[in-house]
Amino acid sequence: MSEQPDFSIRVDQNKYLPQGGQEVHAIVTVESTGAPVGAGTGASAAEVIIIDTSGSMDYPRNKMISAVKAAQAAVDTLRDGVKFAVVSGSSRATMVYPRAEELIPANAQTRAEAKAALSRLTATGGTAMGAWLSLAGRLFAKHPEGIRHAILLTDGKNQHETPEQLDQAVAAAVGRFVCDCRGVGTDWEVAELRKVASALLGSLDMVASPEALEADFRAMTEAAMGKAVADVALRVWTPQNAKLRFVKQVLPSMEDLTGRRTDVDERSGDYPLGAWGTESRDYHISVEVPPGVVGERAKRVAWVRLMLGDQVVSSGNVLAEWTEDEAQSTRINPKVAHYTGQAELAENIQVGLQARKDGDLDTATARLGRAVALAHESGNEAIAGLLGKVVDVDDPATGRVRLKKDVDKADEMSLDTRSTKTVRTRRGEG
Amino acid sequence: MGAPESCPGCGSEVFAGEAFCEACGRSLTGEPVPAPNGACAECGSTSFSEDGYCEGCGALRPGDRDHIETEAGVAAGVTDRGLRHSRNEDAMALTVAGEGIAAVVCDGVSTSPLPQAASQAAADTGLKTLTERLAAGDDPETATRTALTRAVEAVTALAESPHDAPACTYVSAYAGPSGVTIGWVGDSRAYWLAGDASRQLTADDSWAAEMVAHGALTEAEAQAHPNAHAIVAWLGADAGEIEQHITAFVPEGPGTLLLCSDGLWNYYPEATRLASILPAADPLTGARHLVRLALDAGGRDNITVVVIPFTQEHAQ
Repeated sequence: MSEQPDFSIRVDQNKYLPQGGQEVHAIVTVESTGAPVGAGTGASAAEVIIIDTSGSMDYPRNKMISAVKAAQAAVDTLRDGVKFAVVSGSSRATMVYPRAEELIPANAQTRAEAKAALSRLTATGGTAMGAWLSLAGRLFAKHPEGIRHAILLTDGKNQHETPEQLDQAVAAAVGRFVCDCRGVGTDWEVAELRKVASALLGSLDMVASPEALEADFRAMTEAAMGKAVADVALRVWTPQNAKLRFVKQVLPSMEDLTGRRTDVDERSGDYPLGAWGTESRDYHISVEVPPGVVGERAKRVAWVRLMLGDQVVSSGNVLAEWTEDEAQSTRINPKVAHYTGQAELAENIQVGLQARKDGDLDTATARLGRAVALAHESGNEAIAGLLGKVVDVDDPATGRVRLKKDVDKADEMSLDTRSTKTVRTRRGEG
Repeated sequence: MGAPESCPGCGSEVFAGEAFCEACGRSLTGEPVPAPNGACAECGSTSFSEDGYCEGCGALRPGDRDHIETEAGVAAGVTDRGLRHSRNEDAMALTVAGEGIAAVVCDGVSTSPLPQAASQAAADTGLKTLTERLAAGDDPETATRTALTRAVEAVTALAESPHDAPACTYVSAYAGPSGVTIGWVGDSRAYWLAGDASRQLTADDSWAAEMVAHGALTEAEAQAHPNAHAIVAWLGADAGEIEQHITAFVPEGPGTLLLCSDGLWNYYPEATRLASILPAADPLTGARHLVRLALDAGGRDNITVVVIPFTQEHAQ
C-alpha cells in the first residue's frame, strides 16, 4: 500500500584505465520521481521542533520573537496526523508542547495549543545542545517507523556541556532522526553546528536576520512533509582485493559518507542517505583496484544498489577496463572533474577563512583566490557572490584577489556555512 | 619451470609456463581458464549477479554470447562482441521453418538496463512465434506481425518500471517458397544482395533516416551528425506506441538475404558494396567473413550477421 517514489541510478565515469592504473572514479546520480505530493499522503511522519531559549535569545529581543513566530509557522505547516512536539533548549531541554514527554498528532486543536505554548516562552539559561538532541531522541524512540525529522535552532555556542557530551549525544542520535540545523545571529560556531547537521544527515544554514526565520522554518517543514520514504541506504559492493577509497555526497552539498559505512557482508556496506521525496542527489565514489590486464573485458569494480530496507529499488555498475589507448584512458569524465572541483572549492574556503582568522594572510589570499577561480569556472554563482563579500576580485579566471579589510562577521559566517553547497555541471554533460 | 614472477591479479608468486595462478585462478596466458560448471574464470566464484558480473571479483561471466555461430538449414549466423564493448548485447535466432528459413536479429540498447536480456528475449520469442504461426497456417505477413507483437510483450515484461526498461531493436525475416517477408522496429537492417539488384529492404527508425526522409539532410550529412545513431523506435516498456514495419517481395532470381545489426552496417552501409564483399562461399563462411571485416574496420559495436541464401528452389 505504501506509495513510494520510483528510484533510478545513473553512473557517469570513464571506465578506461591506463596499463597499471588502479584508481577508478564515478559519479552516481540517484533520482526519485513520482513521490506523493501534498497534504494527507505519503509516509507516516514525526516532527520535533527545537528552539534555543537561552538568555542570549533576548539580545536583541527580536531574535526570540522571530524564533517563536518561525516555530509557529512550522507548526502550521504540519499536515494532519503528523506526530509532533516542540522542545525548548537552554542548559537543559524542556517540553513546550505537549507537556508530557511524547509526540502528539497534529490537528487544528493541537496546532493552536502548541502555538499558544510557544507564545509563552521566555529566554533564560545557557546552551546545551546535547541535552536537546537527547530529548528529541527519546521522543522519536516511540515512533521508530516512517519519516523522523527535527529542526534545531540556536544562536550560540554549546557552552554548558563539554564537547564530549555533545559528541555522545550526537552519536546516540545518528540514524534515529534527520536534523536540519539553523544558526541565527553571529555568536554560534559554524564548525560545531556543521558537525551536528552532518552526522544527522540534515542541512545547515545561517539565518542572518531573525525576520527571515519564519520563511525558512516553513520551507524546512514543508520539505520534511514532502519526504515519502525514510532510511534509504546506498549499498556499495567492491570486489575482493579492492579498496573503497571514499563515498561522498557531492550534490546538493558536499558530505563525506565514507565513515558512515555499516558492513553488510565481506564485500558490501551500506551508507545512510536519509529520507527522500522527489529529488536528485549525486555521489562520488572512488575505488582502488589491482591493475587488470589490457584487452580483457570490463570488470565491475563497484556495484551500487539503492536499498529501502531489504528491497533493492535500483542498481548501477562502476566498471574498469584497461587499455593502451591513451586517448581513452586520459580522458577525465566531465562530472567527475566538476565535482572534484566543487570539493576543492569547499576545502579552499574553509582553509582560507581559518587562515584569515589565524592572521596567515598569504595563505588566506591564496586559498580564497583559488576558491574564486573554482567558483567562477564551475558556475557556482551563489558561492562566487558570497566570496565577493570577503575578498576584492581582480581577476575571477585566475583567482587574483585581495582580502577585504573590513568584513561583516555575518558575511564571513555565511560563506563558511554555505561553502559545501554545490551546483550541477553548467552544461548538461553526461 | 622458469623463475618466479608475480600474478598480475593477486600478486602471488607464479612461475613462467604456468597457465593460471594457483592462488586466485587468474589466467596467466591471456586465454580464459576453462571454468568448471560455469564458475568465474578469474576467481572461481560461482555466484553471478543478474547482469552477469561475478560476485567475487566483478569479472563478467565467461561469455557464452561473446561469439556465437549458428547454422539452420541453408542459412547461418554469426554474432560477436566486437572490440570495444564489454559484452555482446546483440542476439540472433534462426531456424528452418517449414520449407523456408526464419531468422531474427536484435540489438540491445546499451543505455537501457539489461540490454542483453532484452535482445535475447525478443529474438527467442520472435522466432518461436514466427515459426509457430507459420506452421499453424498463417500467411507470412500475419505471422511476422504476431511475432513482433509477442517480442514486444516479452521485452516489456522485463521492465520493473517504465524508468527501468530494457530495450532493443528487432528485424525478422522469413524466406519461403512464395518470397521474402521482413518485419522490423529500430535500426537493425535487412538487405537483398544480388549484384546490381542489391538493395536495403528496411528503413531505419533513426534520427538520421528521419532527417533524410524529410529532406532536411543528405544521407552523408545525416550519418556524419552526432545524432545519427539515435533510434526513434524500439521494443521496451518505455517505447510507447510501436509502429511495426513490414515489407515483402518475390525475388526475380537467386540472391542472398542478409540481416545485420549496426555493428556491420556502420562500416558497410551500401547494399552493392555488401554484395561485392560477401564471398561466394557457404553462408557460415560468408557470415564469418563479414564479421571479420567489421572487426578489422574497428569493431566499435557488437556485430551480428545472418546470411540466408535464396536459391531458385525457393522461388519455384
